[in-house]
Amino acid sequence: MRSATAALHYVRRNISLAVGIVLLLALALFVGIGHLVVDTGKSRPLSAPAVRPPSAEHPFGTDRQGRDLLATMVAGTPLTLRIGFIAGFLGVGIGSLLGFVSAYYRGTVDTVIRGVVDIGLTVPGLLVLIIIAVSVKKGLTVDQMAIIVASLAWLNPARTIRAQVLSLRERGYVEVARLSGMSGPEIIVKELMPNLLPYLAATLVNAVSSAILASVGLEVLGLGPIDSPTLGMTLYWVNFNAALINGWWWWWSAPLAIILVVFLGLFFLTVGLDEIANPRLRRAV
Amino acid sequence: MRNLLVHYGTPLGAVTAADSVSFSLRAGERLGVVGESGSGKSTLALAILRMIKPPGRIDAGEVWLDGVNLLALSDEAMRQVRLARIALIPQGSMNSLNPVMRIKDQIADALRDHGLAPSRRQVEERVRELLESVGLRPEVADMFPHELSGGMKQRACIAIAISLRPRVIIADEPTSALDVVVQKQVMETLARVQKDLGASVILVGHDMGLMAQFVDRLGVMYAGRLIEVSPVRDIFTQPLHPYTEMLIASLPSLEQKGTFRGIPGLIPLLRDLPPGCAFHPRCPHAVDRCRAEEPRLREIRPAGWAACHLR
Amino acid sequence: MRADYLARRVGVFVLIVWLAATLNFFLPRLSGQDPVRATLLQQASLGGHVQTGLEAMVKEYERRFGLDRPLWKQYVTYLRDVSRFDFNYSISSYPRTVNSIIAEAIPWTVGLLGITTVLSFTIGTLLGALLAWPGAPRWMRLLMPPLWALHAIPFFLLGLILMYLLAFRMQLLPMFGGYTAGAFPGLTLTFVGDVIAHSILPALSIVLVATGGWALGMRGMMVTTQGEDYVTFAEAKGLRRLTIFLRYCVRNAILPQTTALALALGNILSGAVLVEVIFGYPGVGTILFHAIRENDHFLIQGIVFTVIVALGVATLILDVLYPLLDPRISYRRT
Ligand SMILES: Nc1ncnc2c1ncn2[C@@H]1O[C@H](COP(=O)(O)OP(=O)(O)OP(=O)(O)O)[C@@H](O)[C@H]1O
Ligand code: SF4
Ligand SMILES: [Mg+2]
Repeated sequence: MRSATAALHYVRRNISLAVGIVLLLALALFVGIGHLVVDTGKSRPLSAPAVRPPSAEHPFGTDRQGRDLLATMVAGTPLTLRIGFIAGFLGVGIGSLLGFVSAYYRGTVDTVIRGVVDIGLTVPGLLVLIIIAVSVKKGLTVDQMAIIVASLAWLNPARTIRAQVLSLRERGYVEVARLSGMSGPEIIVKELMPNLLPYLAATLVNAVSSAILASVGLEVLGLGPIDSPTLGMTLYWVNFNAALINGWWWWWSAPLAIILVVFLGLFFLTVGLDEIANPRLRRAV
Repeated sequence: MRNLLVHYGTPLGAVTAADSVSFSLRAGERLGVVGESGSGKSTLALAILRMIKPPGRIDAGEVWLDGVNLLALSDEAMRQVRLARIALIPQGSMNSLNPVMRIKDQIADALRDHGLAPSRRQVEERVRELLESVGLRPEVADMFPHELSGGMKQRACIAIAISLRPRVIIADEPTSALDVVVQKQVMETLARVQKDLGASVILVGHDMGLMAQFVDRLGVMYAGRLIEVSPVRDIFTQPLHPYTEMLIASLPSLEQKGTFRGIPGLIPLLRDLPPGCAFHPRCPHAVDRCRAEEPRLREIRPAGWAACHLR
Repeated sequence: MRADYLARRVGVFVLIVWLAATLNFFLPRLSGQDPVRATLLQQASLGGHVQTGLEAMVKEYERRFGLDRPLWKQYVTYLRDVSRFDFNYSISSYPRTVNSIIAEAIPWTVGLLGITTVLSFTIGTLLGALLAWPGAPRWMRLLMPPLWALHAIPFFLLGLILMYLLAFRMQLLPMFGGYTAGAFPGLTLTFVGDVIAHSILPALSIVLVATGGWALGMRGMMVTTQGEDYVTFAEAKGLRRLTIFLRYCVRNAILPQTTALALALGNILSGAVLVEVIFGYPGVGTILFHAIRENDHFLIQGIVFTVIVALGVATLILDVLYPLLDPRISYRRT
């Protein structure tokens, strides 16, 4: 109980963290309550009259294919988040493993990993993803989408974690642990991991955010899971049907607002976590 | 200097990094300041120049130089004092030079900002002179810091420090990152230019051996307080304060040289100091009075000052 | 400048380009069958007045990349074509070549993104530096939260909002395209004015978002720099606040910013694909979008390759120029 109040106190001073948490909690509430009171089956085409502005029956309106947009948002938001989290976790998992190995063992392994990461990070990610997405067969599922996005999501974590481990090494953590007879993997897990937890958390949030951005980008270009009501696919249909010129404002404002909340929430969460990981930046807030 | 009081506001509460520090410095004198890491030596050095950065703050005290109280000066007047009257060679001098400027430009901008607007030729001339006086070749003027060795960088810093012929030079651990041979050369350089200028020096450091060779008087800091100031000979033979005593005893006996490794017991947290004498938890002679009342720095024998109830 | 330094940089450049070509070649073939062939055949079977040309193209493709040829021979053929910048005809708009389509789009994209990138870099870096200056007025701090928030939003989302507000509701600016449909492209005052009017919205959505990023980056670097020993020493030297700010803090903090600028400029061609798509701006992003829709593999590959070459060139230029900015990086070492 005491630690809970202490945590609350901390969050109150770390405003970015608080803002991030509040935004994401609001989103979770929307999805959670939505699943209880809204029939998500209505997110399928032809389940409602086409192109209706918001009304009592369809609070967010309907789109041209006859989807109820409230149901679409309730069903689609978790799908988009799912892509982000799968890709983010895969990316941070693989990336930090490589980062640890690279910084811990150094030598040739490090040279190779660092070289690949450096080149990978220079090449525009969206383009590579486009090539991949165009190359695989049509009719992606949400999870396949996540895997495609994950194929580049490990680059940034690998670089960040590598840099952090190197700086920990310099501070002598590793030497001390090795002198006390720990093995390599043991040192990584027992000594380095705990020190890197805040960084890992910030890196994860960052990776999730980038993965969502990439997936929405691919979807808007028409390379997404065409049958799923994700936020990006909804925007694709908005663009496809020129909803904006036609004045169907409700069609795009709902997904847009939710995506904004997602990005802002994740962004402030990262800033907040960075502040924990890196107190030196406190002055920067 | 009298009753200097510096606080650092930290997320964990205020820290008193220098408390009632008082001492005086005569012209041409070399004063050493030693103390464990975190005892407030750098804070003291920065406070004299009024360069304590937030969250730190100078709360009280006076710093008198030739009849002027520096703490009462305007910001602009204080800026003029820096380098022109008091020069500081900061700790971590390996990175004290701007990596993207040539050495001569780093001397020239100091001259310019102090209202000297010499011609290009005069600047070049002065730079050469300064470099020569610290034993650097004239070519160094056109080099960048990364092209210099550690010792050369430190000499360049000294050259900058003496460029306006200051009355006082404060050197914060000027040689801690250098190897022994270079250390000695740099200290000799510092000693020579100091003599030429007739300036006083405050040398901050860990190395008692170096202090023994270089300074006239030695001040010992503990937990943000100056607890003893004595002529360096006396300190080594008859220290006044129990802390100093233990310090001297802990030195490797080889001609009393070497870096001190500290003494048994924990360095107190500055934000959580024990009441009374800050040293009492580690002091072998502590009595009840030590736990209740803080000792003041008193003159115990001619030129020998200490803050201890038992003296 | 030493020759081996240049040679090494050129080597890295060639490596990146080679990797891009290899990716381009192998990725579509990973799935077992060749989707390029599939699309070609499908398009040719549709018939129409360009059919004969397409059939010739299929024949040519079979001859060079036919299944009867070993993969490595196909690969070598592909590399040779690429090294000559020969990307074949566009499948969807035969008989136009991929090169001519890309060449037409590039000036639009370079114009839009070149200007917006330089603009947001300049404004953002200035702002970031000022935000870190102790002498800056208090109200400047109020700029931080909106900058942050804007920075977290993807370009194209802001684009959508701006388009709705400024073009659809207030009708202040044109919504779509690079110029009014039917206008006669040329160097006349009206046409240039038309192009500028069409560019304002996409440009604004990029500048508003990107400026925040540059400002935050610069501010972070300034804070780091202000903690450096050489800044402490500069203050101890009694330098003026402005001298310290400009010649010690800004001068050092700007180095990483410049690197980032070069990379951003290198990324210019693919920097705002989605903004172009949303605004129907006739740049590289939009033709990429259409190529994807039409399954025009040759066009997609041509664009990807061109973008990566542009990036490689920018990195190369940066590597060659950087030592002028930072004396620590010499041409001699690494
Ligand atoms: N920026 C700061 N914020 C908070 N506390 C600080 C700050 N700088 C110094 N302190 C506090 O002031 C105390 C004195 O620090 P100072 O740097 O003067 O020590 P020092 O004697 O020079 O140590 P060293 O030998 O390691 O250089 C430290 O214990 C620290 O707790
Ligand atoms: S005052 Fe007391 S505790 Fe402090 S040093 Fe002297 S004897 Fe020890
Ligand atoms: Mg110090």
